[in-house]
Amino acid sequence: MYTPPLRNLVDELGRLPGIGPKSAQRLAFHLLKVPRDDAERLARAIVEMKDRTTLCRVCCNVADGGALCPVCADDRRDTTTVCVVEDPRDIVAVEKTGQFHGRYHVLHGALNPLEGIGPEELKVRELLARIEPEGVAEVILCTNPNLEGEATAMYLARLLSPLGLEVTRIASGLPVGGDLEYADELTLGRALEGRRSVREEN
Amino acid sequence: MSLLRDEAVVLRTYRLGESDRIVVLLSKQHGTLRAVAKGVRKTKSKFGSRLEPLSHVTAIIWEGRSDLGVVNQVEVIDGFRTVREDLDRITQAMTILEVADQLSQERHADPRLYQMVVGALTSLNDPGTTPVLVAPAFLFKALVAEGAGPIVNECASCSSDGPLVAFDLSEGGMLCSSCRRGRPVSPEALVVLQQILGGGLRSVLSSPAPEGSAEVVQLATEAIEHHLDRRLRSVRSSVGL
Ligand SMILES: [Zn+2]
Ligand SMILES: [Zn+2]
Repeated sequence: MYTPPLRNLVDELGRLPGIGPKSAQRLAFHLLKVPRDDAERLARAIVEMKDRTTLCRVCCNVADGGALCPVCADDRRDTTTVCVVEDPRDIVAVEKTGQFHGRYHVLHGALNPLEGIGPEELKVRELLARIEPEGVAEVILCTNPNLEGEATAMYLARLLSPLGLEVTRIASGLPVGGDLEYADELTLGRALEGRRSVREEN
Repeated sequence: MSLLRDEAVVLRTYRLGESDRIVVLLSKQHGTLRAVAKGVRKTKSKFGSRLEPLSHVTAIIWEGRSDLGVVNQVEVIDGFRTVREDLDRITQAMTILEVADQLSQERHADPRLYQMVVGALTSLNDPGTTPVLVAPAFLFKALVAEGAGPIVNECASCSSDGPLVAFDLSEGGMLCSSCRRGRPVSPEALVVLQQILGGGLRSVLSSPAPEGSAEVVQLATEAIEHHLDRRLRSVRSSVGL
């Protein structure tokens, strides 16, 4: 019932994450109504992003056209500590803490056996290749605290520990501002294990 | 709208929108159920880790007009923490969940499959259990429950006592030296197979991995893939080192 070009657009939009057939239809009909300029600007933005955005050759973060990413380009960053994350967006989150001054490594996903995502599908080999040349002394595993992220962290720990560097995992604890009674058993259990001594400073 | 309350194992989840997940549950009384867990990806979600794959829970689900319910409350029966914190055990668990997902039907209770899944995960969660044969044993038991269990005590072709030296899926199990075809099987692997399918599973799992284990893993994978007519992703993308 659609013209072939419209059908084509609905199909393409429907392949985006979080967009079901209904939403794809709605977006396509919206684009049908907007002025040609607006539609062209959107199309250009997508193509330009694809053309100009590359992966940083050091850490696999997103970077501008073949250059190093802003973190790797900054020579004040400590190259001996590498924080491993699943996604470039996680770098933004860690940077906001202002607590980390090393470099990153982006895996572009996490191990997910049920989806057929194994180590080969992630930037694991690229991480291993960095250890010696960059003199990495500590790797912080900052993958998500869910089953896939934990499995990825355990896998990397197994791979990296024999290389004689320090491998650490971010602690999982209770979200600040939340009520203890709502904490799930696993989170609360791990928070208890990671307890710290509290001393009055006189 | 109605409320559904059931015991279930979380088989898998996938992201939905900004902060939600669709949770696929193997429930005790309703077979496979799909429901939205709202806000579960936020660090302050009331669900926390309770709806992670592998969790054994009691869930209360709101059912509206669509076939996708909304998770209302979750209580953990067992989070299988020993499994979660050991990569070898996670790999085994993933295979169990993948196969359970393939065998179960939406809105169709299969109490036997449910018990087998909970039993296999509970055994895997026991630090005294050697993990490597837990999933293969589950696969063979599941095949038996499906009426597709292999014959391992006599030749599947001529019914002779053996010696049994090969395994062939289209013949239905082990074959003697005169009927031999398919994959050769060592005497050690045959013993393990017979123990798993006989009454000796517990003792196999509580001792260190016996000789022939690797062969049994192969045979179990091939047998279930043959039965399901599809490849097992969790085995093929194995993260074991
Ligand atoms: Zn970089
Ligand atoms: Zn025979």
